[in-house]
Amino acid sequence: MAYNLKEVVANKPSRFSEGHRMCAGCGAPVVARHILRALKEEDHAVIACATGCMEVSTFTYPYTSWTDSFIHTAFECAASTLSGAEAAYKSLKKQGKLPEDEHTKFIAFGGDGGTYDIGLQALSGAMERGHDLTYVCYDNGAYMNTGIQRSSATPKFADTTTSPAGKVIPGKMQSRKDLTQILVEHHIPYAAQSIAFADFRDLYEKAEKAIYTEGPTFLNVFAPCPRGWGYDTPELMNINKLAVQTCYWPLYEVVDGKYKITYKPAKKLPVEEFLKPQKRFRHMFKPGNEWMIEEFQKEVDRRWQELLDLEEMTNK
Amino acid sequence: MSIRERLSGNEASSFAMKQINPDVVAAFPITPSTEIPQYFSTFVANGTVDTEFVAVESEHSAMSACIGAEAAGARAMTATSANGLSYMWEMIYIASSLRLPIVMSLVNRAVSGPLNIHNDHSDAMGVRDAGWIMLFSENNQEAYDNLLMAHRIAEHKDVLLPLMVCQDGFITSHSIENIMLEEDSEVKKFVGKYEPKHYLLNKKEPISVGPLDLQSYLFEHKAGQAEAMKKAKNVILDVAKDFEQWTGRHYGLFEEYRLDDAEIAIVCMNSTAGTTKFVVDKLRSQGIKAGLLKVRVYRPFPAEEIAKALEHVKAVAVLDKSDSLNAVGGALFTDVTSGMYVNNVNVPTINYVYGIGGRDVPTTQIESVYSDLAEIVKTGNIGNPYRYLGLRTKEGK
Amino acid sequence: MTSIDKNTPMEDLTIGGDIYDAGNSKDFKTGDWRSMKPVYIEEKCKQCGLCFPVCPENAIPVNKDLKIEDFNFDYCKGCGVCAVVCPFKAIEMKEEGVE
Repeated sequence: MAYNLKEVVANKPSRFSEGHRMCAGCGAPVVARHILRALKEEDHAVIACATGCMEVSTFTYPYTSWTDSFIHTAFECAASTLSGAEAAYKSLKKQGKLPEDEHTKFIAFGGDGGTYDIGLQALSGAMERGHDLTYVCYDNGAYMNTGIQRSSATPKFADTTTSPAGKVIPGKMQSRKDLTQILVEHHIPYAAQSIAFADFRDLYEKAEKAIYTEGPTFLNVFAPCPRGWGYDTPELMNINKLAVQTCYWPLYEVVDGKYKITYKPAKKLPVEEFLKPQKRFRHMFKPGNEWMIEEFQKEVDRRWQELLDLEEMTNK
Repeated sequence: MSIRERLSGNEASSFAMKQINPDVVAAFPITPSTEIPQYFSTFVANGTVDTEFVAVESEHSAMSACIGAEAAGARAMTATSANGLSYMWEMIYIASSLRLPIVMSLVNRAVSGPLNIHNDHSDAMGVRDAGWIMLFSENNQEAYDNLLMAHRIAEHKDVLLPLMVCQDGFITSHSIENIMLEEDSEVKKFVGKYEPKHYLLNKKEPISVGPLDLQSYLFEHKAGQAEAMKKAKNVILDVAKDFEQWTGRHYGLFEEYRLDDAEIAIVCMNSTAGTTKFVVDKLRSQGIKAGLLKVRVYRPFPAEEIAKALEHVKAVAVLDKSDSLNAVGGALFTDVTSGMYVNNVNVPTINYVYGIGGRDVPTTQIESVYSDLAEIVKTGNIGNPYRYLGLRTKEGK
Repeated sequence: MTSIDKNTPMEDLTIGGDIYDAGNSKDFKTGDWRSMKPVYIEEKCKQCGLCFPVCPENAIPVNKDLKIEDFNFDYCKGCGVCAVVCPFKAIEMKEEGVE
């Protein structure tokens, strides 16, 4: 059936309830709700969440925003916690201790802190062991929950509270880690990068594929943080659009090792369009700092070309 | 009918796990507990058990996976030692606060550093206030029996706390001794089915586990754990009663060995109790009224019962196989003496830190403790209450 | 409605902090966070459907006829993301409390 955003939203009730305490205009709830809409309505889900903004704002005792089963344990172990739940499912199912006609899907959510950094080991382990689960990273490019500290997902030059743009050091001095590529190298059946964009088709279809592909799957989803990035809150969707159209955040998927770029902008915009509305990059626009934008652009171009090459190479 | 066998402590523990047939085992190898997941994965590979074995990439993930599995509605078990337990530390607290009756086999070993793979109790002592029930085992038989009783205790509706069964690394885990095993069907009957009230995999009642628990609630939730720990004492005794009816083997909160008429007594845990029993018998044959109190249930700590059992003794030595590095004494010593104090028992009590990093504890050392106690009884002078046993010093002999 | 609040005695709290009432955060109204308020101008709305998926609060209902209804002000935090995505200016942001 062809994707129709209105029908999806009208006919599939939200599995991520309102009354959560994420900041006004946060990009993460938009992402999580739409991903969960990709679940078949009749399927049950067990959702694990790493400690972070999303967890503390969606399950503050005695209120939970999750209509499926949900578990949070700690910062670095959403993937291993969910591994255990998935192993329990396999075991109980095999022993006939669960109803035969019921299906449970396993989905983890972690921010970039809980995924790129402290949770990388648990994630890598779970992926390698082949659990039938989907790990979703909502990447807002810093430790937002503790107050905007740099992570390995923070873009180069970004001003964060532990990589402040100072008189001598102009923000974070390292480029961001490419986690999606690291996950691809685990040779899992499905890995993708997505975003909430236009009619959300990209996000929905990738979520559906990830959730319903057997084995470990990974989604890296861009999720702007108005507070941490310093853009005007209502501009959420424009920031998303610019991230895609500048190729800062390429949309692609890797199915059984084959790359497919799912959106190629007709006209690739200069990266400063993406950088400009965000206060974390403000210092890059000061006279004398042109080299920073140039360098940033070079890195974006290099990574985009690399992706184009990978697509060509793996589809020969 | 019990079956006579010869097994090491690790073999006995994995055999118990096989008979329990848990739904999930998640474990990571670490000396000296490595053999437990090794043996167990063989049972899995041969289809002897229904278990999903999760060969995790670390102990942190082992405990995380056990938490995920247990919360999902499965019986989950693991095994570890020393640094493995340290690496789990964060999750140890989370397991108990989520009230998940996970069962762990802890093969006691010195926590680094410097690195040492041999036995002491510094691993267990590091988690003594983490909200786990802690049972200590003198030998392979007790390690086996404690595991058979573990789920009945941990899963009891008044308890719902995780439980660890401790045994001494190498000394017990790798020594082959005689053992009485029970039949598979009998174990299955005794352990019973796990029927959690609320669990993640119940589609009919989706639940959320592990909230942000702020100022208005955490205090009450913690007190709930403490309440469960208090109630665990009776449950442990009730389960032991049923176990005795079935196997004929008696277990209490602690074992009193020739203690009822003793004048001098040692309090200790795990394998040192075996050595001490030998010394007690020897001293008794010389007319010296020596006795032993071997702590089996360390958490919940039976303070009142221990105080009462030591009331009539003239001097007590508490042996700690872990130094608390607090300039006062070991953890067991602190627990025993505070128990005596609040129960109005005033018996001269001294502490020995001993056996650190697998240092051998010969009978002569235990004898020297009893002779020190005899001296205290004779002179009434305690001297330094915080002592070492078998430590090389310039001063020492 | 959850019966648990800051006056609940420990005996009546759920064990381990589990919650059995899935999705009960709906009982926690976030509408009072708002300083700006979206105003829906029905006659300008072309029912294009760009606004409701971007709402972090799920506060723009879509009915079974696939039509957008007025905002759910119990939850709307007034972020204004919907107003920016609307190509027809059918959503205007006004200061809360000012008519």
